[in-house]
Amino acid sequence: MSTTLVSRGERPPAAAGAGARRLTERAFRIRESGIIVVLALFVAVTASIQPRFLDTANIQFILINTTVFALLALGETMVVISRNYDLSVGSVLGLSAYLSANLFGQHHGIPIVAVFLAGLGIGLACGLLNGIMVSAGRVPSLVVTLATLYIFRGVDILIVGGKEVVASSLPAAFLDIPKATVIGVPDLAIAIAAVIGIGAYYLRSFRSGRELYAIGSNPDAARLAGIPVGRRVFVAFTVSGAIAGVAGVLWAAQYGTIDSTAGTGYELQVISAVVVGGVAIFGGSGSAVGAALGALLLNTISSALYVLGISPFWDQAIWGFLLILAISVDRFIAVRLAAALRVRGARHE
Amino acid sequence: MSVEQASAGTPGAGTSGARADESAGPVLVLSHAAKSFGAVHALLDGSIELYPGEVHALVGENGAGKSTLVKILAGVYQPDAGAMAIDGQEVTLHGPAMARAAGIAVIYQEPALFPDLTVAENMFIGRQPLRAGRRIDRRAMRAEAAEIFARLGVQLDPARIARGLSIADQQVVEIGKAISLEARVIVMDEPTAALSAAEVDRLFDVVRALSASGAAVLFISHRLEEVFALCQRVTVMRDGKQVLTQRLDGLVAGDLVRAMVGRELAERPAEAHGTPGEPLLGVERLTREGVFTDISLTVRAGEIVALAGLVGSGRSEVARAVFGVDLYDAGSVTVRGRELRRGSPTGAMAAGVGFVPEDRRQQGLVMDMSVQQNIALASLQRLRHLGLIRAAAERTLASDWADRLKIKYGRLKDPVSMLSGGNQQKVVLAKWLGRKPAVLIVDEPTRGIDVATKAEVHHLLLQLARDGVGILMISSELPEVLRLSDRILVMREGRLMAEFAQSGASEEEILSAATGQAPPAPSSGAGQ
Repeated sequence: MSTTLVSRGERPPAAAGAGARRLTERAFRIRESGIIVVLALFVAVTASIQPRFLDTANIQFILINTTVFALLALGETMVVISRNYDLSVGSVLGLSAYLSANLFGQHHGIPIVAVFLAGLGIGLACGLLNGIMVSAGRVPSLVVTLATLYIFRGVDILIVGGKEVVASSLPAAFLDIPKATVIGVPDLAIAIAAVIGIGAYYLRSFRSGRELYAIGSNPDAARLAGIPVGRRVFVAFTVSGAIAGVAGVLWAAQYGTIDSTAGTGYELQVISAVVVGGVAIFGGSGSAVGAALGALLLNTISSALYVLGISPFWDQAIWGFLLILAISVDRFIAVRLAAALRVRGARHE
Repeated sequence: MSVEQASAGTPGAGTSGARADESAGPVLVLSHAAKSFGAVHALLDGSIELYPGEVHALVGENGAGKSTLVKILAGVYQPDAGAMAIDGQEVTLHGPAMARAAGIAVIYQEPALFPDLTVAENMFIGRQPLRAGRRIDRRAMRAEAAEIFARLGVQLDPARIARGLSIADQQVVEIGKAISLEARVIVMDEPTAALSAAEVDRLFDVVRALSASGAAVLFISHRLEEVFALCQRVTVMRDGKQVLTQRLDGLVAGDLVRAMVGRELAERPAEAHGTPGEPLLGVERLTREGVFTDISLTVRAGEIVALAGLVGSGRSEVARAVFGVDLYDAGSVTVRGRELRRGSPTGAMAAGVGFVPEDRRQQGLVMDMSVQQNIALASLQRLRHLGLIRAAAERTLASDWADRLKIKYGRLKDPVSMLSGGNQQKVVLAKWLGRKPAVLIVDEPTRGIDVATKAEVHHLLLQLARDGVGILMISSELPEVLRLSDRILVMREGRLMAEFAQSGASEEEILSAATGQAPPAPSSGAGQ
């Protein structure tokens, strides 16, 4: 366009709405720092009652337990941001955990890397199946992944039967993966944190990542804007599956004993972590870092209850309560934010 | 005038007054496009030629095929027949992305933005400026957006999220997007339907700036005065066909109306209103924190009371609170002296209140349900027999009201989404009339409706009033307000500012009460 476009207002254009932007940015910061505050609160209260809670061993235990969930939460975040759900992650994890760990028994001396790749491949295949049915079949993801939750688990049970992989059949180097530490911090936790950081950066700073947000924010508009909605959603499911596959191998290394129940019920815990971590359940906003913090919070609470000698039955009740709290906080912020943006908008007219 | 004539002939010899560069040849030609959905022929013969620098009006009744034509230009629909050429090159658009790449941008009446993303990101989604490593360069993106807004002379922060933007601002975002795409054809599908007068003025300035820079603008509107104020040429469609393409100078509104409806449309004189009867609806000091304050009004039997004001002045919110869709913080609502429970639409309906909401797609209709089911929806209580809905009774009720309101439909079982906008609005009205309401609240009853249907709706509302129904009408169209209502209440920023009797009001007075400015409200309202 040429310079003939006339302009009336010569004021610097960014001035008027800058307040609204600060407000929204602050709201997002609040959302993630909110989890950290709750986390700190739990740690402080628990530690004041039972100092043993802050033992290096216990902190390491919490971090290691969190890794699998945080990893699953990364994949789930990609899916949820695009206004979809992956309910099959627990089953994918179980299938991958057994099949990959079983390789050690079948092929003596198989490199650990190969086992991880096998887990990745298994997860990838499951994710592809989900992705194809959701994108090409246009079936709601809730239904597709509810079905594959049962199918993958069924296949798992069919293969495993009453058998199990026992720790003695696994190489020591494999079982040591979760145990390695650098100045007290588990290597694995650092590696997973890095992966999540990369994932969050990808979602934030790359076109295809932002397009996932756009799809979740307004799917119809995304189609009109020429975003390849099907392809993006397909990739999100594939990545979520692949991540669940890798998480399965880590799960195997962590627990050593794998039967056909591995990872049962994880899908709901992961979605809880994602929602507690501030990812909007109808897509469009949230971050992978928040989701990982959500996973950390939920695992810290489990551990705190254990250390305090409170029945683990309370665990689920508290998770549920946290979910409601998280949703209430989001709702509260959304309402306040909408009102604030409206007021600013009106003033700006 | 035949289609052949229109599409083959040169678009007028001189360039009197218009900026259109007609020597350069058309930038876009669509010829004889057709599109059917099953048995419904949405478009039979759509042709249009757009020249660089012109603002071209597209008018026609609802159901004339305008929206289908727009969607073909946008690449959303693939035509069954016909051809499209850009710069003389034949093209086939396989999707919105291709249309965009070909330089065609469409601004819809209610833009579909991404509410969670920033304004800048909404403009650049899918083609954000990149820096090293294919990462998005947010700073450059925001700067580019800010620069476009500066060129358009509008105030909008590129870094704020889109949630909460007014419709006018949302359109500006879409126009900014079109500019950033260097679109050479910009299609605006009824952009002014939901805008206040000041916002329309701002939009016109933006459109003129666009055409001055060489873009071709296709402007769709039901408001003919806008067409004459803004456009150089016009294409009229009727029943899925192009019936007229001509320069606007020398034409008058009556010519267009005649071409649109295919007959002379007698402007019905303002009909005599009966004497208002007993008070039906009483609203007493109704307040909702931060939305509206201290609203008191009365609607009597046989009376049409208009609630005028700018979009965003709180009119619709008052209506929603009265009907019980939204809560209010203080005050009361009474029907025939009996107080309604706060926040209970069921209670309001039981008391005989009907509500035709502003947004018929989202709130007025269940788009996936049939015409019949939509009409019967508010009368299910009456149609029930032993707890079951009798299909026969439902059909009788629906076909009865469909006939009375002259709704055009294929079958009563067709989903209501297949009807044109005007007919959809009639379905919403039929739904409430089936309940024989004592009080009817109508919010923008004729938005986006063609001239003939609009006249029918007006006639219907007057008829209802004569039959003793009390009507509270919200409308942004002042001629409509002046023509229909017995009394006019004007709202501004959530408060009642003025009341006029029908005889004592002029457009200027209402407008000045609505804007808080001394009349006449000039065109400098944008971005202040």
